[in-house]
Amino acid sequence: MRKGSRIGVCVLVVVMAVSLTGRVQAETIKIGINAPLTGDIPKVGEGTKFAAQMWLEDVKAAGGLTVGKKKYAVELVLEDNESKAESAVKVATKMITEDGVLVMVGPQASKQAIPAGGIANNYKTVMVTPWSTNPDATKGRPYVFRACFLDPFQGPVVANFISKEFKFTKAAVLYDVASDYPKGLAEFFKKAWEGLHGKGSVVAYESFTTKDTDFSSQLTKIINSGAQVLFTPQYYNEVALIVQQAHQLGWKNPIVGSDSWGSAETVKLCGKDCYGAFFSTHYAAAGATGATKAFIDRYKAKHGYVPDDVAALTWDAMLLVQQAIQNTGGLTGDLKKDRENVRTAMSRIKKFKGITGEMTFSGGGDPVKCAVIVKISDAGEFTFHKSVCP
Amino acid sequence: MVIFFQNLVNALQWGSFYALIALGYSMVYSILMLFNFAHGDIFMVGAYIGFGVSIGLLALSSSGALAMPNWLILVLTILFSMFLTSFVGMIVERVGYRPLRNAPRASAAITGLMIGIILETGNLALLGARRVSFPSLIETTVYNVGGVFVTNKKIMIVLVSLLLTLALHLFVRRTKWGMAMRAMAFDFAVVPLMGVPVNTMIALTFAIGSALAAAAGILFGVAYPVLDPYMGILFGWKAFVAAILGGRGSILGATLAGFLLGFTEIFVAMIFPSTLRDLIAYSIILLILTFRPHGFFGEPYSARLRL
Repeated sequence: MRKGSRIGVCVLVVVMAVSLTGRVQAETIKIGINAPLTGDIPKVGEGTKFAAQMWLEDVKAAGGLTVGKKKYAVELVLEDNESKAESAVKVATKMITEDGVLVMVGPQASKQAIPAGGIANNYKTVMVTPWSTNPDATKGRPYVFRACFLDPFQGPVVANFISKEFKFTKAAVLYDVASDYPKGLAEFFKKAWEGLHGKGSVVAYESFTTKDTDFSSQLTKIINSGAQVLFTPQYYNEVALIVQQAHQLGWKNPIVGSDSWGSAETVKLCGKDCYGAFFSTHYAAAGATGATKAFIDRYKAKHGYVPDDVAALTWDAMLLVQQAIQNTGGLTGDLKKDRENVRTAMSRIKKFKGITGEMTFSGGGDPVKCAVIVKISDAGEFTFHKSVCP
Repeated sequence: MVIFFQNLVNALQWGSFYALIALGYSMVYSILMLFNFAHGDIFMVGAYIGFGVSIGLLALSSSGALAMPNWLILVLTILFSMFLTSFVGMIVERVGYRPLRNAPRASAAITGLMIGIILETGNLALLGARRVSFPSLIETTVYNVGGVFVTNKKIMIVLVSLLLTLALHLFVRRTKWGMAMRAMAFDFAVVPLMGVPVNTMIALTFAIGSALAAAAGILFGVAYPVLDPYMGILFGWKAFVAAILGGRGSILGATLAGFLLGFTEIFVAMIFPSTLRDLIAYSIILLILTFRPHGFFGEPYSARLRL
């Protein structure tokens, strides 16, 4: 026993010594990827992983990342947050305190990005969430950034679009009350819609809770409320069920969604029922040009399907991070100082040409950019319908 | 009025699932006094087996080797999956519960929870976290009956679940096997002395319960074609409530309670804000249980009935 423990201590000392020296000599930049690889939205995690890995390939092909006059190797610390808020916090803490990442990209969904953002901010480490559109993710957190627009922006965009496109005045909303993203977006939409058409113009404002599969009661209410359009800012697994059930209960009016619809899985799960529906999002794959098209083609060749908005936004987030690191003009080797420098550089990025549009940060963590309205065509493709800028 | 009837139709479909799953709970509970917490996950396994079988049959049919109409594929899927899932139930019993038959009930209940987790995560490991889409075997036809919308799928789901319940009822009431089951529920200690093969009977109970859960799983896939590995948890809990509410060992009770649960959920959402649905629905159920602690058809029993 005694001998065993002594050997154990020796091994421990050696391991610690090696890891210590390893840290001193490291010329590696570590970037954390906090992604939902399992759980409710695994497809989102997959897109995140693939886009980040494609970026890493480019960096490796260039022989590393040049910061100042020095070339650094880059390592991705990819961790699964199981699409849970607790796990996202755990992963963020581990990445920042144990792995020593310079920057963390992710989590994606607001449910995880909001709590994880608090951790990143406390540890003074830059976090870039590619996909979280809830304002709380970056609010009052100088170290948290995002690569997408905000819910308060998407709400009025959708409300304006429906009013102009169809001249409707009565809308219904169906959303998940237990999830930050749909709840936030539903509220912003309601506010914008009532601002346009007066109080009471949202004739049905119905909710359910995560994991529900039957929405017949809520949809019956909506259908009998005289609503002309249904807005449902849900994730792809619920979208399929909501849209199918609505049609089975006799709903024939348009259904409009938000950027959470923009997954390759939406049409696969929903089928013909989703054809003709609209949603607001960050980019449209069909009809893309230039760098966006190059990214789509490359992703498709490699993984066999058209990348969704999460992949595109993650790609932009990786490039934003790269630009911020390079703009620091050189790393000091002191992680604390470097993280601070990256934050300053990040907040000053202007007119960044991303594949999801041009982004400008003006001090805060939220970029100024445009939204796209996508229509699901009769072939099940996401086609560009309209661009809406702030 | 139209809204009322529409919700009546909605509730009939929704209650069918609770009823079918509750039956499996109720049977095991009445005989072994055991909360088979893995039952919700057997429902999930049944749905996935149904998914696999239907994909296989569709491929077989479209390859031309054995051309079948889609309704036949659905019928075969239900039958095959019920058969296969019954073995899953028997394995769960053999591996999880039989070694613990004389252990404290709490240990056996915990075993159920663990088997549930194993089934969920096993599925996750096997198929990955991606949702699977249950193939649409029959084309949805929507009928408009005076403003109430009914689909052919809804009618089928309610009919099949009622048919299965009736079959089970006849089995338990009219056959020798059924009589043995009822006897075991009445007094577990004496029945073996009468020459009843207890182990076989228990395995049979699990097999039947699991087969019904599989049927529910496939019907669920037909109505809500998005399957995920954790779909059985919430269903399991709620069906468990129905089983207790129906009364120990009462098939009629479990079925009625299953439908009652469905009705309560749907109609609460109709009258109150849908955010409060489960809060109000299950407060009502709690209230019912307070006044009828043995459920609708349950008889008061002494704790000494089981070993």
